[in-house]
Amino acid sequence: MEQSAIINLDEKRDFQVDSSNLKHVRSFCREVFERLNINQELKDELVLAIAEAAQNIVKHAYQNEKTDDKMEIKISVSDGHLEIGFFDKGRPVEKDKIRHRKIDDIKPGGLGTFFIQQIMDAVVFKEGEKPWINHLILSKNLNN
Amino acid sequence: MTYKVTEEGNISTVHLDGEIDMDVTEKAKEVIMPLIEAKKEVHLNLKEVQYMDSSGISVLIESHQKAMELGTKVTLKEISKSVLKVIMMAKLEQILNLD
Repeated sequence: MEQSAIINLDEKRDFQVDSSNLKHVRSFCREVFERLNINQELKDELVLAIAEAAQNIVKHAYQNEKTDDKMEIKISVSDGHLEIGFFDKGRPVEKDKIRHRKIDDIKPGGLGTFFIQQIMDAVVFKEGEKPWINHLILSKNLNN
Repeated sequence: MTYKVTEEGNISTVHLDGEIDMDVTEKAKEVIMPLIEAKKEVHLNLKEVQYMDSSGISVLIESHQKAMELGTKVTLKEISKSVLKVIMMAKLEQILNLD
């Protein structure tokens, strides 16, 4: 059966902020992207970008501290435009301090943000609306 | 992530299996770093690694740098397609020892 064109969808899920839940974040994304008629390579890239953003919440917004807080991830597709929202209640993101490492500077760390920027078309940090503190939006046009 | 270590002469081969993310990087380092510190030549077999993120890549960089510092070598063997893609995205294919 021929797969349908990219559909419109809207899915969200909560995850407790903990590195052990990153695998569940990936499973959620894989489930959602299975429904889209996009190639496997792009699906894998999108899963990586989302997992890196979720990891940054654990690592930076919560500085790896134990918490009962949850983050929310919302994946929406409308007319071939993918938007992924991340909501958390951690430390406010200092937008000016976010930078990926220079790619010729070979050292561990700083790669996650570089991957996100390579994969996605746009990365926007917003102040979260209550009860959220941070709201990150990753977007990509799937029609290209 | 699971792993198995095999030894042959001065070469220790670490066969990694599964998904390597932030949650398992400490475990991976605990396996790999003592081998490097013992000045073994280390082969990391990545055939069964289906997913690796920036944390996993950091382990590869740290291992490579530690080995260089101690005069030994880490070589990546049988790299799975998905891991190779992430290594190339990080533009590390000329830096790490790929086989």
